[in-house]
Amino acid sequence: MGNEFVQFSLTPILIGILASIACALPGNFLVLRKQALIGDAISHVVLPGIVVAFLITGSVAAVPMLLGAAGAAIVAVILIEAIKRLGNIEPGAAMGVAFTSLFAGGVLLLEQSDTSTVHLDVEHALMGNLESLIWFKALGWSSLWDPEALAGLPDELIRIAVVCALVTVVTVVFWRPLKISTFDESFAQSLGLPVGAIGFGLVVTAAVAAVAAFDAVGSIIVIAMFICPPAAARLMTNRLETQVAWSILFATLSAILGYVFAGYGPLWFGAQNAVSAAGMIAAVSGVILGLACLFGPYRSRIGVGREEAI
Amino acid sequence: MTASTPLSLAANDGRPVRDIALADAPLAIRGMTVSYGEKPAVFSVDATFEAGKMTAIIGPNGAGKSTLLKAALGVVPRLSGEVSVYGAPLATARDRIAYVPQRASVDWDFPTTVIDVVLMGLYRKTGLLSRLTGAHKAKALECLDRVGMADFADRQIGQLSGGQQQRVFLSRALAQDADLYLLDEPFAGVDAATERAIIDVLAALKADGKAVVCVHHDLATVSSYFDNVFLINVRRIAEGPVTEAFTPENLHATYGGRLATSHIDQLDLVAGA
Repeated sequence: MGNEFVQFSLTPILIGILASIACALPGNFLVLRKQALIGDAISHVVLPGIVVAFLITGSVAAVPMLLGAAGAAIVAVILIEAIKRLGNIEPGAAMGVAFTSLFAGGVLLLEQSDTSTVHLDVEHALMGNLESLIWFKALGWSSLWDPEALAGLPDELIRIAVVCALVTVVTVVFWRPLKISTFDESFAQSLGLPVGAIGFGLVVTAAVAAVAAFDAVGSIIVIAMFICPPAAARLMTNRLETQVAWSILFATLSAILGYVFAGYGPLWFGAQNAVSAAGMIAAVSGVILGLACLFGPYRSRIGVGREEAI
Repeated sequence: MTASTPLSLAANDGRPVRDIALADAPLAIRGMTVSYGEKPAVFSVDATFEAGKMTAIIGPNGAGKSTLLKAALGVVPRLSGEVSVYGAPLATARDRIAYVPQRASVDWDFPTTVIDVVLMGLYRKTGLLSRLTGAHKAKALECLDRVGMADFADRQIGQLSGGQQQRVFLSRALAQDADLYLLDEPFAGVDAATERAIIDVLAALKADGKAVVCVHHDLATVSSYFDNVFLINVRRIAEGPVTEAFTPENLHATYGGRLATSHIDQLDLVAGA
């Protein structure tokens, strides 16, 4: 674990971990609210929003990206309603159609526009550019105490660190309202809790995490991290507090193992080139979910009907 | 109208007498209309629920029983009407209300324990961030003990029977230390032991001067469990003491043809007025 590791691997791994945690935290509540599809939806809708915001402003700064994503979300909601009403199509299908079309539109738009000066193209949209987020100025572990080298950390790391901290703070501060309104919405309302605002806040938090993560790690990780670590964590425990802790652990594990496997895995099998880190991180999170399904101590609860408990 | 209210609506210089008399009733609803679509679920309903009494809200399926409670609590929006709780607007009286939703309205597979659910009842006291102390936990355990569930404190809620789940919900309401208890079908799908336990707890609340209101389905137990009855079928049909309002005429007006006359005859009813 020498100087090369610090220069080439430390920052991508950290970014992967932070992005994974930022998505997994709100993912716990989305999955429990049976709104996991919203995480999926957000990560799809984000793309055309970001592309349009970039075409208008010519930059990839955080604020225009977020506004673009928010605008795209509104368009998505209108589109879903229109498909539902005009086509008389069931809501789930309407959502699926709207999000996939918007994402596809984003891909086409991206291909046609000149984004060669920034890290914004179809490949990055899907898989991010984790491997290129290296720390040029680092000479070794001692650089962690060197202000000059620290100033050369990739912007993406700072951005995702801030967002991850933000998501964590929001989750901790609003823990009780989130938990109560997720478990029993009408009881929460009877307490005077603003249930609508809490649900909206959760989706906004997830969207902020998605936009920040999207930039560095692409939409594949975002989709995977909203669902896989929380769903796997649910199978490890019967307590929400413990579930969230497990989901953070699984998100971290996916990021580290995924990065390592992507870089060295193919070599172990005699192949020449490394594979996409983002793709591998998402795949590892899926494998963890699979293992949790097979061996998780509370896996038997899944699929058990309400009536069976009576 | 077939209503036989405890206090007459006789006008006293234009104002209904009972509005003055019951201005500080635990729950007073005036002219409430609620609609989910084009058809109103509850239409222009007046209702007054008294302290130290147990009231059953009865009516056929889709008559707006649950909606009446939910709209009174602001859980579903109302189109029109006023609600006062002990003479105060709802927003300032939340601490005095405990609500028990229908058991089937939540996902019991939620990753949480019995005592955790009861602790949710303390939310208005603990707020966002203050730490849960030993006193809070002792309080929650005591509330579980009152419904005979203290031994289940650390169980995951999905591992309970339907009756046990209902008792946990009641226990959460007890933790709220309220004055007005609104319960949506507390006896639905529970075993006989649970029904007994719930009735005992509610009777104790009543004896303490609390107001207890239950959406209720089982007409056979209305007379033995409740003091007052409120009959609704979208509109208010009647309200008052069971001995006065629980009449065959009012039941026919509420249920229409859905309740066979032979069935009504078996009920412990007040003789037709």
